[in-house]
Amino acid sequence: MEIPFIYYLIVSGVMFFAGVYGFIARRNMLAILISLELMLNAVDINFAVFNRYLYPGAMEGFFFTLFAIAIAAAETAIAIAIIINIYRNIKNIKSDNLDKMKN
Amino acid sequence: MNYAEFLGMGAEMTLMVVIILLFIYDTFAPSKCGKYLPITAITLLGIQTLYLAFGNFADVSLFGGMYISGSAEQVAKIILNIGTILVFIQAASWVKDGDMQIRRGEYYVLTLITLLGMYFMMSAQNFLLFFLGLETASLPMTALVAIEKYKQNSYEAAAKYLFFAVFSSALMLLGMSYIYGVTGTLYYNGILSNITASPLTILAVVLFIAGMGFKLSLVPFHLWTADVYQGAPTVVTSYLSVISKGAAAYAFMMVLKDAFGTADLVWLTVMYAIIILTITVGNLFAIRQQNIKRFLAFSSISQAGYIMLGIMACNAHGATSLLYYVLVYIFSNIAAFAVAGAIERASGKLNISDYDGLYKTNPKLSVAMMLAMFSLAGIPPFAGFFSKFFIFYSAIETGTTGMYILVFIALLNTIISLYYYLLVVKAMFLKDSEAPIATIKSDGYTKAVVFITVAGIILLGLVSWVYDYIYGMVI
Repeated sequence: MEIPFIYYLIVSGVMFFAGVYGFIARRNMLAILISLELMLNAVDINFAVFNRYLYPGAMEGFFFTLFAIAIAAAETAIAIAIIINIYRNIKNIKSDNLDKMKN
Repeated sequence: MNYAEFLGMGAEMTLMVVIILLFIYDTFAPSKCGKYLPITAITLLGIQTLYLAFGNFADVSLFGGMYISGSAEQVAKIILNIGTILVFIQAASWVKDGDMQIRRGEYYVLTLITLLGMYFMMSAQNFLLFFLGLETASLPMTALVAIEKYKQNSYEAAAKYLFFAVFSSALMLLGMSYIYGVTGTLYYNGILSNITASPLTILAVVLFIAGMGFKLSLVPFHLWTADVYQGAPTVVTSYLSVISKGAAAYAFMMVLKDAFGTADLVWLTVMYAIIILTITVGNLFAIRQQNIKRFLAFSSISQAGYIMLGIMACNAHGATSLLYYVLVYIFSNIAAFAVAGAIERASGKLNISDYDGLYKTNPKLSVAMMLAMFSLAGIPPFAGFFSKFFIFYSAIETGTTGMYILVFIALLNTIISLYYYLLVVKAMFLKDSEAPIATIKSDGYTKAVVFITVAGIILLGLVSWVYDYIYGMVI
């Protein structure tokens, strides 16, 4: 028996909003980064599922997923570089410490 | 696959050649030639701009319609190029000092890569290419914001910019995925013919607008703007506030017009509310800013609201006035940032109250700053007045009552904005100070960029040929 595709969408929806929650609630920058990855991966699931179940004739969704994964990897690389730079300068990666510019 | 299609992308290919040449120059030239890198970058980009302006380009549609380039895209790219050249001239005196010397190659190459991403974003007719262009523009931008990596302001701004950029991309991607689920295609024209105003589509369009709102710093997605603009190096801020905003506005217009055009115009209502909020909130918060870069950040938020007015009109006049507004905004804002940057480099001062009595010691810089403020506020006969005039005209032209109200609110806001722009002028000309900023001896590059932008502010409005030229290209 095949799993109806609505369940995939529920999983991806839960993943996405778990990511949104983590992005808002977490204070560690690595945790924020993980939350962002969760959101991007939820979207990848969406694209793959729509393509597989609704439009199996073309490959657009799969290709979008591939490109999105590559972009997410690039984004992680830059984020890690910035986080390491912050760690070198202030010896921790809590986002609370990034408040020097408040008026 | 037909590889000859790559040659059809004239603008992108020539820009890639510029990037590769600069990269080779930066990597292999002997270290004593490094100081000629800025002038090389400016020259190469200038040649490329001339090629775009006077080369013979046909309207093309490549890769199965994923990429289009007509005369409208061409003129948009030329406008962005002009802005980038001005930023490069401004940057030339910044990359000379200290720490930045070893990173000047990175600065120029990364900036040009973001420009390449914006080219793709504006020429895209498919969400995949649009997304790739957007990320090509915004990821190197993060590295640029963090380029002064030992200053807390710089890396703090970079972290905020990156996290907000990726968050907004994720929102936008979720919107795109639902649009793909509903219509089964990623091509704008395919979406346009399949889209209907179902609840899922409306959710998708709203998510997409939210994502683009972050990039364009529209209220209520503007919270990152002030911190990032303040923390980034001044040169990067001026690039971020004009070029990337202009490109995003044009690409946004293309998506709304070509892809969501008919979805019972749900987006029109959303944009209506966003524009009113953006202009008003941007103005009200700008009044209480002390730091000149934060001040310009909020001013740029409200200017983004005015730029969005061009989208609402949905016709050739709207597109023309949007491009014209971006062009004028490039000149006015870069003039303001060039003066602020020169003062920051010479004295390290960034507060508006530090500008008290500036006219006594630095009359030329003060006059340039004053003209920039007049142009941003829209005082005739400077260019800012004409750009606001055309953008209001294009919105009024649609003739609906709602649009009249929108333009009326925008007009009221122009008066509010006059107040805070004149605060800067008042500090420079009317106030006296015990210890005004000492006379600044600025170098040739700063003089050049201030001179060119001031000339632009004065001439762009009076030379009506410019608007007609853009209109002729867009139509």
